Amino acid sequence: MLNQYLPVLIVLALGAIIAGAIIGLTHVFSPNIKNRIKSEVYESGLRPQMDARLRYPIRFYVVAMMFILFDVEVIFLYPWAVIYKDFLSAGSFIFWEMFIFLLMLFAGYIYLWKRGAFQWE
Amino acid sequence: MALESILFWLFAMLAVGGGVGVVVHPNPVKSALFLVVTFFALAGEYVLLMAHFVAIVHIAVYAGAIMVLFLFVIMLLNVQEESRLAGVWGFMRYFSVVLFVALFVQLGYFGYQGFFGAENVPLVRETEIGTVEQIGTALFSQYVLPFEIASILLLTAMIGALYLSKQKLGLGEPARAARVKEALHEKEEAH
Repeated sequence: MLNQYLPVLIVLALGAIIAGAIIGLTHVFSPNIKNRIKSEVYESGLRPQMDARLRYPIRFYVVAMMFILFDVEVIFLYPWAVIYKDFLSAGSFIFWEMFIFLLMLFAGYIYLWKRGAFQWE
Repeated sequence: MALESILFWLFAMLAVGGGVGVVVHPNPVKSALFLVVTFFALAGEYVLLMAHFVAIVHIAVYAGAIMVLFLFVIMLLNVQEESRLAGVWGFMRYFSVVLFVALFVQLGYFGYQGFFGAENVPLVRETEIGTVEQIGTALFSQYVLPFEIASILLLTAMIGALYLSKQKLGLGEPARAARVKEALHEKEEAH
């Protein structure tokens, strides 16, 4: 049962090896000199004036919400893409299902665009 | 022990460890990153239960999008506040102990039933219900109407999110009043 997950395991292992090698080799080969000036936020730059924990502007909220909504939309495309060919032999119904679904969200996308939701003021 | 069981316990320990990290880490942002560990471990458990679609959703939506929202809320709120709030919940602290004991007794009961009960349920079951093909077949034949209604739900959420930040985007009453004022001002200057 678990044999079919071997490709997943290989991808995960490759990812771990490559990421680990990059981080590890950087530590091995880079010069490691520590002093006070090096550990400043911006080396040789302006001194930090206040706390770094600012309250973020609300406009980031719109971007985050749009990302979640379109992410949920994309999730529905996964099962659709998997079964598309099997269902297509029984007619084009499967195509129109997703067409209507995407049309709804495309209308929302156009609305957001026209309202300037993607504009950075 | 079978390989499935070993993986189950590995993911389970990772999930619980991540959960403990979320609670005990003093830095809220790092707590949120511990939650990502828990999400990935749970996704692994779902794969073991043959629930592939739920596993994908868990990584793409929860570890991706919901995590962004969590981080955003942490950064939107002033995080220094949490250390000040720690002393406020005097009564709630004792109440939470009672709740914890109740939860522990419940979990212990079901755990006992699962391990020593008459029907010993295997940890990993081989079913085909949760695969992407099965979910897709059900979603696009039997549950077409709920699927299409979900698009309307998403559309509503889009417009709702836009309206929550309407002042910045020139929607709603205050922004309209400002626009009218500006227009009048321009008219006066033209004279």
